Amino acid sequence: MAMANATKSMTLGEGGLAIVFAGLAFASIVGAAKALDTPFAFHAYLSAAASLAAVFAILNRYTARPAALPPAEIAGRPNYNMGPIKFATVMALVWGIAGFTVGLLIALQLAYPALNFDLPWTTFGRLRPLHTSAVIFAFGGNVLVASSFYVVQKTCRARLAGDLAPWFVVLGYNFFILVAGTGYLLGVTQSKEYAEPEWYADLWLTVVWVTYLLVFLVTIIKRKEPHIFVANWFYLAFIVTIAVLHLGNNPALPVSVFGSKSYIAWAGVQDAMFQWWYGHNAVGFFLTAGFLGIMYYFVPKRAERPIYSYRLSIVHFWTLIFLYIWAGPHHLHYTALPDWAQTLGMTFSVMLWMPSWGGMINGLMTLSGAWDKLRTDPVLRMMVVSIAFYGMATFEGPLMSVKVVNSLSHYTDWTIGHVHSGALGWVGFVSFGAVYCLVPWLWNRERLYSQKLVNWHFWTATIGIVLYVSAMWVSGILQGLMWRAYTALGFLEYSFIETVEAMHPFYVIRATGGALFLAGALIMAWNVWMTIRGAEATEPAPQAALQPAE
Amino acid sequence: MSFWTRHQVFEKNSILLVIGILLVIAIGGLVEITPLFYLKSTIEKVEGLRPYTPLELAGRAIYVREGCYTCHSQMVRPLRDEIERYGHYSLAAESMYDHPFQWGSKRTGPDLARVGGKYSDEWHQAHMKDPRAVVPQSIMPGYPFMSATDLDLATIEAHMRANRAVGVPYSEGQIAAATADLKAQANPDDAGVTDFVKRYPKAIVRDFDGDPKRITEMDAVIAYLQVLGTLVDFKLYDDKANLR
Repeated sequence: MAMANATKSMTLGEGGLAIVFAGLAFASIVGAAKALDTPFAFHAYLSAAASLAAVFAILNRYTARPAALPPAEIAGRPNYNMGPIKFATVMALVWGIAGFTVGLLIALQLAYPALNFDLPWTTFGRLRPLHTSAVIFAFGGNVLVASSFYVVQKTCRARLAGDLAPWFVVLGYNFFILVAGTGYLLGVTQSKEYAEPEWYADLWLTVVWVTYLLVFLVTIIKRKEPHIFVANWFYLAFIVTIAVLHLGNNPALPVSVFGSKSYIAWAGVQDAMFQWWYGHNAVGFFLTAGFLGIMYYFVPKRAERPIYSYRLSIVHFWTLIFLYIWAGPHHLHYTALPDWAQTLGMTFSVMLWMPSWGGMINGLMTLSGAWDKLRTDPVLRMMVVSIAFYGMATFEGPLMSVKVVNSLSHYTDWTIGHVHSGALGWVGFVSFGAVYCLVPWLWNRERLYSQKLVNWHFWTATIGIVLYVSAMWVSGILQGLMWRAYTALGFLEYSFIETVEAMHPFYVIRATGGALFLAGALIMAWNVWMTIRGAEATEPAPQAALQPAE
Repeated sequence: MSFWTRHQVFEKNSILLVIGILLVIAIGGLVEITPLFYLKSTIEKVEGLRPYTPLELAGRAIYVREGCYTCHSQMVRPLRDEIERYGHYSLAAESMYDHPFQWGSKRTGPDLARVGGKYSDEWHQAHMKDPRAVVPQSIMPGYPFMSATDLDLATIEAHMRANRAVGVPYSEGQIAAATADLKAQANPDDAGVTDFVKRYPKAIVRDFDGDPKRITEMDAVIAYLQVLGTLVDFKLYDDKANLR
């Protein structure tokens, strides 16, 4: 080490970042001291602690590292940076289980309201954003960050750009989630769906997200391959568009720089349009484009087949991102949003069916000649079923965006069922598939601890989804019909509370479905944990007794 | 050169790809959002609308804080059953001072756009403390802590200033009198009631939480709920006036 120390010097990034974090720690302590409300003080202390930990980690890493930074290539082969990916992969599972658990709790609260406990921190209104953020941004987000960093390195044959930057992205993103999540429990919210975090969390996320874009883009620029692989187009569209949406939907004026509350710049009808322009494209770009990036890399890789059609992926890509942006107003049918905007939203939502199914076909047909693998490889089966759910949800979506259908479905559980067939079936399953692929690759294991447990996970979760979605279809359509039912004498047939009462059995079935889905995720966590530990279950090799269909 | 070969320009140049993505995603948003800021027909001209009083504004902040929007919409659609159940369909003008909007997306509970004046303060107090004491089949959480928590009066002026900065037309006089007005609205015996009602015509002055000794979060929430949907007089509203 003595020799190395002679030439070792701190990089600009290390020194600069340490100073920035030291400054942030100081500012946070001042913020905590002058805070106008308890949640703000709590978050300021959290930020101070995290900043100090960051300074310590940077300095500690500096003293421990050799003089030279890790090389981009070793003996002509790319020296991939897998540390941040491993962290994000593990965090995805941790947050996933937390998010599914909160989801189960709030599902039970709707069936058994006593479970709200009538405490400020445990009511449905505060836990629901915790559930949605935990599953979308914490679970889904970590899967996206992990898989995008993996795919971009492998398909560009280049080491991830930056030294501390990739770590800043994964740690900074997870810190954002911590601040957002604890904020919801303490009543810190903007009340904009899927954009609930307050102004200071939004500012922090902006910094993290721009760094994410830079790391991803610079890695692409450094690539050794002439072409940018199709999965990276989708990841890039996801990262760029989420940045635009985040900035458009969140401009807000804090009541005080020492307080958590802010007021959004937009009001009423314009705010509604901004919100659902954001909200629907959080679905379109976070939950669709990003995960299509996963599909375009992991499905061909796992099936050992090329993507079905390269031309279809070009058409799929541009039409999908062009059309999705228009679809927001279908969340505002028959509201005070002007009719012309509603009609545009409906028209483009219906058109969106085409690129969505184009993508589904491209994903499914990639299995041409490899369909027999579905019998032996439960991970591939999970990803294929996810594409089937994608197809189902993207057919149901355009259907529900038709105004007459929407007049029945809107405000009911049908929407919840639709979201969950997409979220559990498509996003959940494709994420599980990707993580099952990634874990042995990242930790250099021959295979997963147990294929059988993947099978158990698959079936438990699938039954869970079926129970969940069908319960919500029935309850949603039932409630929608009850609201508009008239007696023979021309009076409304049901009071509102009668329609609430009718929901009870379906809420119990839904919670059961959710519990099964959570159970599947727990099986997965055990399997992944044992794989990382390097264990291998003794189970018979997959039977090759069955002949493939000719 | 075929279309597919031409496309390689995006596949080989990351910056062009980013620019392409930005252009393609910009179109939809620009077409749908921008006109809402300049088309005069977007927000109807109505009589009677005024910004929230300080107490209502504080109540609204609690409504937001507790995530009431996760189960209650504030948007009556122009459908026969909704108009009969809730009242006149909602106008864009009615939420023009709402930062952010509270239209909601789910009705686990009923729509609240016109809940103002439908129930007594006493009903709201009992219902907020224990919903099932009033409506046995209700699945709403109870909020007993609201009547036990004093309302934070220190920052109300700053809240109104922030609202004015984002476009709510509070006057300097309304902001200066924020704390006095807040106290006056929750206490009919307050000396400042006359001035308060001058600043906020037709505002309701009552001891909303039934506890005259203090101003609680319950006072604020009920004051907010009782004003919802009551500001526009639909006997005078001409729904043809905005057609063009």
